[in-house]
Amino acid sequence: MTRARGAPGERRWLWPSLAAPGLSWLLIFFVTPVYAILAVAMGRLDPIFGDALPVWNPIQWDPSTFSSVFEAIFGGRLAQIFLRTFVFVVIASMLTILIGYPVAYYVSRRAGRWKGLFLLLIVAPFWINYIMRMLAWVNLLDTDGLVNQALMGVGLMGEPRNWLAGHPETVILGLVYGYIPFFVLPLYAALDRIDKSVIEAARDLGASPFWAFVRVTLPLSKHGILAGLVIITLPMFGDYYTPNLLSARATTRMIGNEIELFVTSGIGGAEGAALTIVLMTFVAVLMLYYLFTVLRAQREAAG
Amino acid sequence: MSTETVARPAALPRTGLAARFTPWLRNPWGKPRFLAAWTWIYIVWSIVPVVIAVAFSFNAGRSRSAWQGFSFRWYWEDPDLSVLHDPSLQSAMIQSLKLAALTMLIATPIGVALALGLARWRGRLARPANFLMLLPLVTPEIIMGVSLFLVFVHLFRFADLGTVAQTIGHVTFTISFVVIVIRGRLFAIGREYEEAAMDLGASRLQALRFVLLPLLRPAIFASLAIAFALSIDDFVISQFLVGGADSVTIPVRLYSAARLGPTPALNALASILLFSTLLVVTIAGLVLRRAKRREATGGTAVEDLARFEL
Repeated sequence: MTRARGAPGERRWLWPSLAAPGLSWLLIFFVTPVYAILAVAMGRLDPIFGDALPVWNPIQWDPSTFSSVFEAIFGGRLAQIFLRTFVFVVIASMLTILIGYPVAYYVSRRAGRWKGLFLLLIVAPFWINYIMRMLAWVNLLDTDGLVNQALMGVGLMGEPRNWLAGHPETVILGLVYGYIPFFVLPLYAALDRIDKSVIEAARDLGASPFWAFVRVTLPLSKHGILAGLVIITLPMFGDYYTPNLLSARATTRMIGNEIELFVTSGIGGAEGAALTIVLMTFVAVLMLYYLFTVLRAQREAAG
Repeated sequence: MSTETVARPAALPRTGLAARFTPWLRNPWGKPRFLAAWTWIYIVWSIVPVVIAVAFSFNAGRSRSAWQGFSFRWYWEDPDLSVLHDPSLQSAMIQSLKLAALTMLIATPIGVALALGLARWRGRLARPANFLMLLPLVTPEIIMGVSLFLVFVHLFRFADLGTVAQTIGHVTFTISFVVIVIRGRLFAIGREYEEAAMDLGASRLQALRFVLLPLLRPAIFASLAIAFALSIDDFVISQFLVGGADSVTIPVRLYSAARLGPTPALNALASILLFSTLLVVTIAGLVLRRAKRREATGGTAVEDLARFEL
């Protein structure tokens, strides 16, 4: 029952005009910049300085930078970096599931009256700056840091080890540490939504707790796992600060490091832009999945 | 839970270690001791490193791994190296606060208006508009960073890299979060109040001004806090849009100094960032909790705050 009392003009234009400033902002400062990546990647080089210059008209686009970047990815210099990024992300997300699932499961279904406290404690890292959390580990893993002191104290190591010098395992654990809160929370929400009576029904029909978990709880939390995975792998694929802070060596370079270097160093701007487009196409499936998850949640909230 | 009440055939009596562990092995989910321990280890692992880093910001000596007594040396007592007196640390703090304040003041009104518009607008363009609003949420930050960097270097020459570009970048990714917060409350409020006001003779604009906006006040307050926290915590976009030494923010400063043998003053700077974010987010959480209590709607404010970042 919507009875419009206002003037007809006001009724039609009020809501779109409220949305207009925000939408224009996003068109100017979100859509245009993304187009600028394409314009630079497909652009030409400054004949004197060799800088990348954008070409705004798609008809004049020159895809030669793309072909050289593709050559570097398939068999060239970038092949190893792409492969490494992929391996790091896959291992880190597997570890995140293994560590994070039991936590989310316990807090959502078994924590009892402590649930609120647990929830607060697993939300806290969300609001602690990512760089600061990495800095904390840089302190601990330094040659004279507490990790080396502890390991030497119990006699596991004879002399200090430099953990921060190009060790893939340090970077992978850093990625797990950095992104795991973003996995645990959506999973917690999904597990928390499961109707307890469904699990009880499985138990009443004779399933052992183990099989009730495998056949009922686990399948029902599938969406939570997927949503969490997408949320953590998207930033992991473009991460450059974790390998830089925890290693800063060529042995742990990821795609993000290449992009950051190309784009901000001033040389190779076109390569950097092309690489960004490649990355974006690469993660587009993840972005779309995430987008539709948000849209579905939105529809559910609207009723 | 009722799982414990389900009857089970009695096992043969056993003794010793086996007696203690057989039921646990048969049903590790029965009493979740393993899960509880796992969760506690997880929490300790995720929080203790940060606590140690904060603790060493109060160290009296230069070390970040050997305790040499408590002091505020790295906050303000040291005449050269403390956050208060080292020009580069001080300027990072000021830049972060400046950006956060600007972002909060620009993104919140734009986001509130956009949320209202998108929630009530039924036109043909409403769907694509909603889609556009969600895109920044799902776009990896490095892509936004690169795109903003390139557009400010090549097209938007009116703004140099630095404060203006950084503010614009922060507002761009914050707007969508504000919309999500406000819209959540709009759904909870429903349309009844507005319609009642209009049935009593208010125009749509009056209903918005005198009914809807006051009802949204807690959510608007929370949005201000969240915009502030998102901006002050941002690293990638700030770093891509740094124009010079004076536009370095706290996270950018932490990043660039972390591996260069820093003093505990860097920990002090990080701790200041941590305290200000936690303070702002706690206030937002309390405000939302009070609003929720008054309406007795489901869910806790903690969960809500967690969802903001999704």
